[in-house]
Amino acid sequence: MMDYNVLWFILIAVLFTGFFFLEGFDYGVGILMPLLTKREEERSQILATIAPVWDGNEVWMITAGGALFAAFPHVYATMFSSFYMALFLMLIALILRGAAFELRHRHDSLVWHQVWDKAICFGSAVPAFLWGVAMTDLMVGLPIDQSMIYQGTFFDLLTPYSILGGLMTLCLFTFHGANFLALKLDNEQLYVAIRRAGLRSFLGAFILTLILLIIPITKGLLSFQASEIVVFVLAIALLLASAIDLKHLHEKRAFIATSGSIILLTAGFFLAMFPRLMVSNLNPDWSLTITNAASSEYTLSIMTVAALCLVPVVLIYQGWTYWTFRHRIKIDTHHEY
Amino acid sequence: MDIVLLSRWQFAITTIYHFLFVPVTLGLTLFLALLETCYVTTKRAHWKEPCRKLLKFFGAIFLVNFAMGVVTGIVQEFHFGMNWSEYSRFMGDIFGAPLALEALTAFFLESTFIGIWVFGWDKLPEKLHCACIWLVAIGSNLSAFWILVANSFMQHPVGYAIENGRAIMTDFMALITNPYVIGEMSHTLFSGIATAGFVLLIICCWKYAVDDASREVFLQALKAVSIYLIIGIMGAMGTGHVHTQYLAEAQPMKLSSMEALWETEDPAPFAIVADINQEKRQNDTEITIPGMFSFMLYNKPEGAVQGINQLQAAAEQQYGAGNYIPDVTGLFWCFRMMIACGGAIAGLAFLIGGLAWVKQDWLLKYKYLLALTPFLLPLPFLANSAGWFIAEAGRQPWIVVGLQKTADAVSPNLTPGEVFITMSGFTIVYLILAIIAFYVICRIIHQTTIDTANDEGRAL
Repeated sequence: MMDYNVLWFILIAVLFTGFFFLEGFDYGVGILMPLLTKREEERSQILATIAPVWDGNEVWMITAGGALFAAFPHVYATMFSSFYMALFLMLIALILRGAAFELRHRHDSLVWHQVWDKAICFGSAVPAFLWGVAMTDLMVGLPIDQSMIYQGTFFDLLTPYSILGGLMTLCLFTFHGANFLALKLDNEQLYVAIRRAGLRSFLGAFILTLILLIIPITKGLLSFQASEIVVFVLAIALLLASAIDLKHLHEKRAFIATSGSIILLTAGFFLAMFPRLMVSNLNPDWSLTITNAASSEYTLSIMTVAALCLVPVVLIYQGWTYWTFRHRIKIDTHHEY
Repeated sequence: MDIVLLSRWQFAITTIYHFLFVPVTLGLTLFLALLETCYVTTKRAHWKEPCRKLLKFFGAIFLVNFAMGVVTGIVQEFHFGMNWSEYSRFMGDIFGAPLALEALTAFFLESTFIGIWVFGWDKLPEKLHCACIWLVAIGSNLSAFWILVANSFMQHPVGYAIENGRAIMTDFMALITNPYVIGEMSHTLFSGIATAGFVLLIICCWKYAVDDASREVFLQALKAVSIYLIIGIMGAMGTGHVHTQYLAEAQPMKLSSMEALWETEDPAPFAIVADINQEKRQNDTEITIPGMFSFMLYNKPEGAVQGINQLQAAAEQQYGAGNYIPDVTGLFWCFRMMIACGGAIAGLAFLIGGLAWVKQDWLLKYKYLLALTPFLLPLPFLANSAGWFIAEAGRQPWIVVGLQKTADAVSPNLTPGEVFITMSGFTIVYLILAIIAFYVICRIIHQTTIDTANDEGRAL
């Protein structure tokens, strides 16, 4: 019988993987929408690719947060209070983004559309960037004292290294979003712009991932095990494969490849973290781990039953949504609200 | 100001704002589900098209409201860790579980199926489409259940033990069958129906009064809505009454503070108005009905009710020296405001509903009065906010009654400056969004015409 604490570490990793895979292209689409075209009908065509699903995708993040709270309350407490101002920025971004999706099409005016388009772009770019910052911070470690309390400020979160991490996820999600658009849109004119944007963001993601992995290894900031290196190398290879596929208009393969790359990068992150969830750079013994930060065995057992019953059901009906809306979006499709 | 006070303000502002939209969602999803069921099953062909347009019309209003509820709801989940990390540490073993279950059972359900419902009109068979809105209704009401399970523990802890200075769950079933949650859930459910019902009533009255072409359809809608509203408001009053009676046993301090009863009395009087002096712990003047408070609690004009001063003495004996009295003035007046708003809603529901059913010519004759009903829109929202003020301010100084004080629950690493920035930031963004959402909903109401003719005019 597997240890509940290990199982919940895996479940949290699964939830974050699902979140980055799904919200990754949502954020990407949001970032790309105003950059790809100025024509209103094309912008609403782009938004129509994620309109039925973005809300369900965002729940992956909320569930990941809730699962952290339930299974590792100390991690939830320390992480959310230490990333206080960053999370505030992210919340404002997500509020504006969510409101924009609903309000944008309620009024036919150029200014109205422009304002909400900016909100969608900003609201997608900020979380895409901040998640990368957070992941690098978590990996490198934060000033956490022996009673699990964060001793730094907002600016301790923004190191040059973590900013590179943020730019990496920003590029990666944009690339993922471009692949998703190539897969979902039926619009020849936009393909050129999508491909160009996709390949540029690929280049950013590719270079930044290499830098992010090489700097810490050469400087001794982090040490990776062989298995983690393999996972990261595979992720980078998939990223490269995806770019080649996008260039040759194999949209399906390109999208599968970025999906695989995101899944592997997240898996590599959690592999490198295990058994820790937050690293203290003041003293390794003060790190939050799956044992010192966990809930009681009773709570974990209840939550295990619930999660193992419910997650497959969620996957089935979310899968059904994607099946229902599997067709490419045409430019003249009348989107009824 | 210190971070405790600022964090409390931030929580109060964001929660009350969030709960402007939540009850409308709870009640409106259920109403839409019922309406779509009528649409799918109706045999009267000439009603089919108006019914569909009505669904789209109320659906559009619902969607704006739902989006506001969703985006402000994320803040709620993050709050506990951001501002109340010591609370999260102390309570995580118990509090995290319902929150995670809320996400797994409710958020996924409502967010996924709302997408299918909105964009699936032409893609799904009618009955399957109708099932989607039922799943949304179940999802949103289920989410209310889980968060109220969590809240009920804070009011009335059950099924726990204290280990190494943290609360540990020992009985999950006790947690979800907490008698407190039954009171809170039923009251929230009916209040949701009443809030949504009242909003719908006002929309119908307005459209009936000013839009000649839509009058016939909205008269029929008014009939249905008034019944829905009456069920909601009577249910809210009934469940509220039962829950208040239960407080005598579960939270006597909250109860006596709601009534500003400082000294134990048998039978206890009911104060209609009182000039409360929290410093001296007495009412300087009051107008009371003798024995009425006891009668409301025990259904007979006798029976002792514990006074605040006696409860304070008992609390000091149990928990050590300190002030265990909540904001009596706030509780007393919020309780009266809630009752007054509820009573006004019930009166209006019976009056307008009665006219719509039996005296339609009067309704038509006095339609300019119906056009004034939008001014009454704040009533259910005032009642809801007052109700939550009573529930949350009434457990102070505790964050979890008897286990942890609010002052000990705040995140120790924050500075007042940071909390001030976030509090102001949320407030400003929320204010702007409220104005925009209100404007958009008014536009939808103004621009939609629903006549009985079967043309292909789009509702919105």
